Amino acid sequence: MTYEGWIAACDAEDIDEEDVIRFDYEDRTFAIYRSDKSEYYATDGYCTHEKFHLSDGLVMGKHIECPKHNGRFDYTTGEAKRAPVCNALQTYPVKNEAGQIWIKIS
Amino acid sequence: MKDNGMVIIGAGETGARAAAGLREQGWTGAITLIGEESHAPYERPPLSKQVLQEAGEPSPAYIVTAEKLKEQRIDFIHGSKAASIDRNNHIVAIGDGRQFRYERLLLATGARPRMLQLPDSGSGASQASNIRYLRSYADALALRSRLQPGQRVAIIGGGFIGLEVAASARYQGCAVTVIEAGPRILMRGVPESIGRVVEARHRGEGVSFKLNAGIQAIESAESESIITFTDGEALAFDVILAGIGAVPDTVLASGCGLTIENGIAVDERLCTSDPDIFAAGDCCSFPHPLYGGMRIRLEAWRNAQEQGTHAAGSMLGSTEAYSAVPWFWSDQYDLTLQVTGLPHTARTTVHRSLGATGDLYFHLADGYRLAAASAIGRNGIAKDIRLAEMLIASQAALDPVQLAAPDIKLRSLLTINA
Ligand SMILES: Cc1cc2nc3c(=O)[nH]c(=O)nc-3n(C[C@H](O)[C@H](O)[C@H](O)COP(=O)(O)OP(=O)(O)OC[C@H]3O[C@@H](n4cnc5c(N)ncnc54)[C@H](O)[C@@H]3O)c2cc1C
Ligand code: FES
Repeated sequence: MTYEGWIAACDAEDIDEEDVIRFDYEDRTFAIYRSDKSEYYATDGYCTHEKFHLSDGLVMGKHIECPKHNGRFDYTTGEAKRAPVCNALQTYPVKNEAGQIWIKIS
Repeated sequence: MKDNGMVIIGAGETGARAAAGLREQGWTGAITLIGEESHAPYERPPLSKQVLQEAGEPSPAYIVTAEKLKEQRIDFIHGSKAASIDRNNHIVAIGDGRQFRYERLLLATGARPRMLQLPDSGSGASQASNIRYLRSYADALALRSRLQPGQRVAIIGGGFIGLEVAASARYQGCAVTVIEAGPRILMRGVPESIGRVVEARHRGEGVSFKLNAGIQAIESAESESIITFTDGEALAFDVILAGIGAVPDTVLASGCGLTIENGIAVDERLCTSDPDIFAAGDCCSFPHPLYGGMRIRLEAWRNAQEQGTHAAGSMLGSTEAYSAVPWFWSDQYDLTLQVTGLPHTARTTVHRSLGATGDLYFHLADGYRLAAASAIGRNGIAKDIRLAEMLIASQAALDPVQLAAPDIKLRSLLTINA
């Protein structure tokens, strides 16, 4: 389902608190996060170091740690926080409407 | 003589991170990074993986480029081997006679492959020339050119590097035999159950194993080498790679009288027996506070990074102890394996199924305290290994029944115990 550039990605309850899931859309892959305060965020799905899915990594506070070499990003801003990653992650607007998570990827 | 400030010997993972760490932690004076290799600091883990597999012209995966080092005002002296240290005058001399005066010195000299010793090493030189080792980018390029389809490749040693090369060689269509002296592969550092999964996968990919193998002799003719085993068998190969471990490079340190104990001995700040000289990474042994101060030496990428950064702090006067939980990973085919903590210090093991993602093993020191955890499967194992690492650091008392139950979230054990 899409609506003015917003795509219905998942249910709010599909993601545990302080966790992340993978969301594939057309030929792209994204990571959608739920913070420990139940705020939702979205970024590109692959790490900027090598092509590994960040959704396999651990969410700690506002950070996602890459499963492969423990590089770290702030998923709320996309900022690279720990080596070996040095390039920021692309982030995307997210909204939660009545338990439906939408992301705007265009 | 000009003052070279903070001098680092060895421009590998540790040396590169230490140089960056000094700047990040506010040092504005001179930094001199001396490296024997001609390249800017590069990552070693891809040498047994991507570099041997990827098509096209390979290039090193740089940790930091020469331009970036320049930008950060780090004097990078490459292609130069440090030859001696004069501790009284605080001077490092390199091969061509140049001298560098240090305020503080970091030894980040890493490790070198252990050389194969054969019972009848009579014809020494000719034998050795046909046995390859893998540590540097140059080694990887030379090996890569030999991994052609159909080539018969012997891997001596069923450890991580050997097995990663075995997977890469299969990927290139070579006929691969892993030769291991022990009764199973990965004897060091992982539980037998993980070793079995790895071995089964290699066999499934067509790798042959010769376990409990004693090598009697290796004879090399122009086109092939014959390995004769103590059980009488003889096998012919086109390529022989020995991956039988690494030895810490302590040449400089012992030359200037620093204490050596399975590597350059440092204290919990990573300071050697000389208060102005530090050592970090694969070359050093250090007491680990989470394991009762036990002296250990690691050969692991994240440890090299973290100790490099930590040593930078200590060189600038920090008194903080290094206490990061050890962590290691290996990739073979699409299997990934991660280990955190020190499995050999554990007495019992508890298994937790991660379903399609893989299997996780908790290694308990005394029935309830976590000493290590290891997992094998897909990349998703990383989440639970990371949580296990935090449980090890917390030194909390844990219930083995809860650890084994897949429906009990590890994160919940962490918060209860925090
Ligand atoms: C093929 C391979 C695969 C690996 N894969 C993994 C993996 O998957 N996971 C993992 O956790 N770890 C892995 N490792 C281990 C990891 O790469 C090492 O732990 C790490 O490189 C150690 O960094 P270091 O800087 O301490 O030592 P090194 O990387 O060995 O660097 C030391 C540097 O110092 C230089 N040097 C030595 N003496 C002198 C001197 N006198 N003067 C000037 N320079 C000198 C050396 O030439 C070298 O460049 C792998 C290692 C190898 C070789
Ligand atoms: S792939 Fe993410 S840190 Fe390397």
